Amino acid sequence: MTIDLTHRQRRLIAYSIPVLAVIAALLFGAIMLVLLGANPIEGYGEMFVGAFGSGDALVSTILKATPLLLVGVGIVIAFRANVINIGAEGQMVLGGLFATIAALYLPSMPAILMIPLVMCAGLLGGAFWGFIPGILKAQYRVNEILSTIMLNIVAVQLMNYLLRGPLIDPREVELGTRIPQTERLAEAADLPIIFGDRLHIGPILAVLAAIACYYLLWRTPIGYELRAVGLSEHSANYAGIKVKRTITLALTLSGALAGLAGAVLVFGSESHRMVTDGSTIGFTGSAGFNGIVAALFGGLHPLWTIPASFLFGGLIVGGQALQRAVQVPSALIIALNGLVVVFVVAADRYRSKLLSYDRTEEDVEGDPHKEPLMGSSYDAAPGLTHSFDQEDNS
Amino acid sequence: MKLKKRTVVIVTLVAVLALIGAACSSDSGGGDDFRVAIVAPSASNDLAFTQSIVDAANMLVEDGVIGEVAITDGTFVVEDAAVAIRGYANDGYDLVIAHGSQYGGSLQEIAPDFPETAFAWGTAADTFGLPNVYAYEAASDQGGRVMGIMAAALSANNNVGVVGPIEVGDAKLYVDGFKAGVLIQKPDATVNVNYIDSFSDVALAAEAAQSLIGNGADVMSGTAQMTVGAVGVAKTDGVLWFGTQSNQTSLAPDIVVASQVYHWEHILEEIVNNVVDGTLGGEIYAITFANDGLVIEYNDAFDLPDDVKQLGDDAVDQFKSEG
Amino acid sequence: MSDFFTLAVFIGVIASAIRLAVPLLLAALGETFGQRSGVLNLGVDGIMLLGAFAGYYAVLKTGSPWAGLAAAGIVGLVFGVISAVIAVTLQAEQGISGIGIYLFGLGMSDLLFQKLVGTPIPIETFPVVEIPLLSSIPWIGEMFFQHSIPVYLAFLAVPLATFVINRTTFGMNIRAVGEYPEAADSLGVSVNGVRYMTQMIGGTLAGLAGGVLAISLGIFQQNLTNAAGFIAIALVYFGAWRPMGVMLGALLFGFVNAVVLELKTLDVIPRELSNLAAMLPAIITILALVFVARRFRAPAALTKPFTRAD
Repeated sequence: MTIDLTHRQRRLIAYSIPVLAVIAALLFGAIMLVLLGANPIEGYGEMFVGAFGSGDALVSTILKATPLLLVGVGIVIAFRANVINIGAEGQMVLGGLFATIAALYLPSMPAILMIPLVMCAGLLGGAFWGFIPGILKAQYRVNEILSTIMLNIVAVQLMNYLLRGPLIDPREVELGTRIPQTERLAEAADLPIIFGDRLHIGPILAVLAAIACYYLLWRTPIGYELRAVGLSEHSANYAGIKVKRTITLALTLSGALAGLAGAVLVFGSESHRMVTDGSTIGFTGSAGFNGIVAALFGGLHPLWTIPASFLFGGLIVGGQALQRAVQVPSALIIALNGLVVVFVVAADRYRSKLLSYDRTEEDVEGDPHKEPLMGSSYDAAPGLTHSFDQEDNS
Repeated sequence: MKLKKRTVVIVTLVAVLALIGAACSSDSGGGDDFRVAIVAPSASNDLAFTQSIVDAANMLVEDGVIGEVAITDGTFVVEDAAVAIRGYANDGYDLVIAHGSQYGGSLQEIAPDFPETAFAWGTAADTFGLPNVYAYEAASDQGGRVMGIMAAALSANNNVGVVGPIEVGDAKLYVDGFKAGVLIQKPDATVNVNYIDSFSDVALAAEAAQSLIGNGADVMSGTAQMTVGAVGVAKTDGVLWFGTQSNQTSLAPDIVVASQVYHWEHILEEIVNNVVDGTLGGEIYAITFANDGLVIEYNDAFDLPDDVKQLGDDAVDQFKSEG
Repeated sequence: MSDFFTLAVFIGVIASAIRLAVPLLLAALGETFGQRSGVLNLGVDGIMLLGAFAGYYAVLKTGSPWAGLAAAGIVGLVFGVISAVIAVTLQAEQGISGIGIYLFGLGMSDLLFQKLVGTPIPIETFPVVEIPLLSSIPWIGEMFFQHSIPVYLAFLAVPLATFVINRTTFGMNIRAVGEYPEAADSLGVSVNGVRYMTQMIGGTLAGLAGGVLAISLGIFQQNLTNAAGFIAIALVYFGAWRPMGVMLGALLFGFVNAVVLELKTLDVIPRELSNLAAMLPAIITILALVFVARRFRAPAALTKPFTRAD
C-alpha cells in the first residue's frame, strides 16, 4: 500500500495514532461503563481531573509515574541489548529490601549521607537480582524469561519471610497483630519533600536516571556495546565485543534501576516503612510490568520514557479516581488499562508499517535524535529473544 | 529540535484535557446523609475479609444509619490504597474506613492532613494517638476456640486440619485460637496447620486440604479467601468444615457445620454515632462474643449432635461472661 | 520426618503433583505451539482467567462440567484469534501486547464474576474416573489412574502434540515458520496463516486450562489462576519447546509444590521458614535447568513479526 505522504503528514500521523489508540480504548471502556450503569462522560471527566486536574492530582500522578520511569529506563537498557527483562517485579522487591536493611542497620547519620547510602543499597539489591538471571544466561544458558519469572516468585517469598520474621516491627509483635511490616524507618532516610507535603525528590532521581541512561547508551563505550549486541549479536561478537558479558551487564543495570525504584517506593511512601500484604504485587503495585509498558510507550528511548511514564501514571491514577467517582468495580479499571496497552502497542506497530519506508539506516546507527526505536522496520532489527546459545564465545 | 516540539504538543494536549476534565467534573453533593467510604484489599464478594465489612456497611445503609457507601476494593497495593483514602477524604466523606492491616502506616500520615474527616482502621489495635482515627479488630481467636472445641468433639479420628494463607494478622489469630480450642477438648488430638503462603492460590489451598485429609483429618477449618478451594475438597471427601469471617454454608451445605461471622455493624454504628456527635476518633473497638460482634452461625441443614452444640454454646457463654 | 517417607504419603504427593500440573501443562502446550511458530504470547494468564470464568459460568447455568469445558475452550479460541490479530496482523510488540491481554483478562473475568454472579456459588466438578484394570494396580493405580477425565486428556495431549509438531505437514510448517519464515514463505507456506492457527490452538488450550482449573476446584474467584499462566510460559522455555519437556517441567513444578505442602502438613517445616519453603518450586525449576544439559535453542523467529519484503 503506497501512499505519497509529505514529511509533515507523516509526522502528523505519527503523533496522532497513539492518541487515537487511547481514545479507541476509552470508547470501548465507555461501552462497559454504560453497561455498568455509569455515565462515561462524567466518569472520564473525573478521570482527567483525578490525574491532572489539580495540584494534588498532579502530585499523585508524578509519584505514581516515578517507579514506572525508573523501571522503564532500566527496561530500555535491557531492550536495547535485546534482552527482555520481566524480572523487574522481583528486582524492585530486592532493592526495597536492601535499602530497608541498610536503613535499619546503618548507624544514625545525617540525611545527606543516609539517603545516598540507602539509595545505593537499593541499586545494589536490584542489580544483584538482575545479575543472577544474567549470569544464568551467560554461563548456563538458562533462558532469562524463565529465570526472571521464577525469581519474581522467590523475591516475593523472601520479602514475606523477612517482613514477618527478622525485620518485623517490634510493635507488631508486642501488639500481637503481626502485620508484615517494618518499623517506621529512620527519618534521616526519608526522601526530602520538595513541594507541598507529598512530592519528594524521587521523581527528580528518576529523571536524572533517564538522562544518565541516555548518556550511557549513546555517549559511552559500554552503551555502544549494549546497542551493538542488541542490533546484531553476531556482528558484535565479530567486532570483538564480549556478548555474554554485555547481556549480563544489561540485566544487571536494568535490575539496578528497578531496585532503585523499590527503594524510592519504600522511602518515599506515606508510611516510611516497608510493608506488604503477602501478595505477589502488594509491594510493587505491578510497577515492574507497568514499567515495561512505559518503556515501550516511550519508544525505548530513555528521554521519551519520561513523558510516557507521566501519561501512563496519569492513566492509572485517573482510572482509580474514575472508580471512586462513579463507583464501578476496580476490576473494570484493570481491564481498561489492559485495553489501553493493547490498543497503543498494536497501533504503534501499525503506525510504523505505514511509515516504514521512511526508515533507513538511521535506526541501525541508533541516532537518538531521530524517531525512537519502536517503529523501526522489524525486518532489519533482531528479535527479542536470543538464539545465540549455540555459540560458545563469551 | 523535535524533542522540544513534541514535548510542547504533549504538554498542550495534557493541559487541554485537564481543562476539559475540570469543566466536566461534577459537584460532589454533600447533603445531610452520612457518607462512608471503604478501601479494602480483596474483592467485595470474597466471602471473607472484605465481604464482612461491605456487608456491615450495606446493612447500615438499609437501616438508614448511613446514607451512602462508596467502595474501592481489590486494593492490595498499599500506595494505591493511600491514594484512595486521600481521595475519599478529599471528596468530603464523613468516615473513611481503611479495611486492611497493611494500610496503617499510610493512614498515620494521611489522617492528620484531614482533621475534619474520621478514619477507621481495621483490623488493628492502634490509633497512633490521633484524634480522628478509630481502630477495630476482631477477636477471631474467640470463635476459633469455640469452633475448635466443637471440631475436636466431632472428629472421630481425633485429627483436625487447618488451611491458612500467610501466618500474619487476623489469620494467625484465628488459627492459633482454633488449634487451642481443639487441644482443650482433646489434648491428644492431632492438629495439623498448613499455611500455604498465599492469600490467592486457590488450587494450592485445595491440595493442602487433600494433604491434610490424606493425613487423617476428618474435620477442617481455614481462613482467608483462597480457602474456597479447601472447602471444595472437603465437600468432595465428606470432611466437615468450620468457616470464619463470613457465613460459608452456601459453599458446601452438606459439610459446613458452622461459621464464625464477623458482624461489624454494631461497632460501625457506634463509630458513626460518635462521629455525628463530634468525636472523630481515639477509640479501639473489638468485636467479640460479648458484644455480639462475633456470632457463630450454624448450618441448619447440618445435623449437629446436641451435646456438641452444647459444648459450643458453653464456650460462647464463657466468653460472654468474661467480657 | 519419618512420617514423610511412607508409601501413602508418596502416593498422595504424586497424585497431587499431577493435579497441580494439569492447568500448567495445558496452557504451556498451547503456548508451545505458538512459540514454535515464532509468536510469544504473554497474555496466557489472561486467557486462562477468561476461560475459567466462562467455564464456571456455563456450569453454573447448565449444571454440566462438559458444557463448561466447551465454553472455556470457545472463549479461549476467540481470544486466541484476538491475540493473533494483535501479534500477527497488527504486528504489535510481543513483549508487551500480551501483558495488555493479561490485564484485560484479569480485570474482565473479575468484573463479569462480580456482576453476573456476585457471592460465589459452588458448581459441579468433574467426577473421578477410574480406568478399569489399571486403577487396581497397587500404588500405581492410585497415583495415575484415579483422576478426572480432563487430567487424562491433558496428558494424552502431550504425545499428540509431539506427533503433530514432528510428524505432520502442519507441524513441519509450524517449525519452518518459526525458524525460517522467509524461506517458508517462498515455498508457499502462509506464515501468518500458520501463526493464526497456532495462536488459536494456544488460546483454546489456555482457555481449557482455565476451565479445567475452575471446574476442578468447583468455584471461581478473582485472580483464580494466581499467575499460573506466567509459570506456564516459563515452562515452555524449560521444556525447550518440546511437549515432552514441557510436561516434565509442569510435573516438576507440581511435584515440588506437593512435597512442600506435605512437609507443611506434617509439621516438618518450622513455621518461620515457611516462606523459604514456598520458594522451592521456583528455585528447583531454575536449578533443574542449570544442571540438565541443554541442546535446544529458541525458534529463530520468536517474537519477530513477518512481513513479506516488497
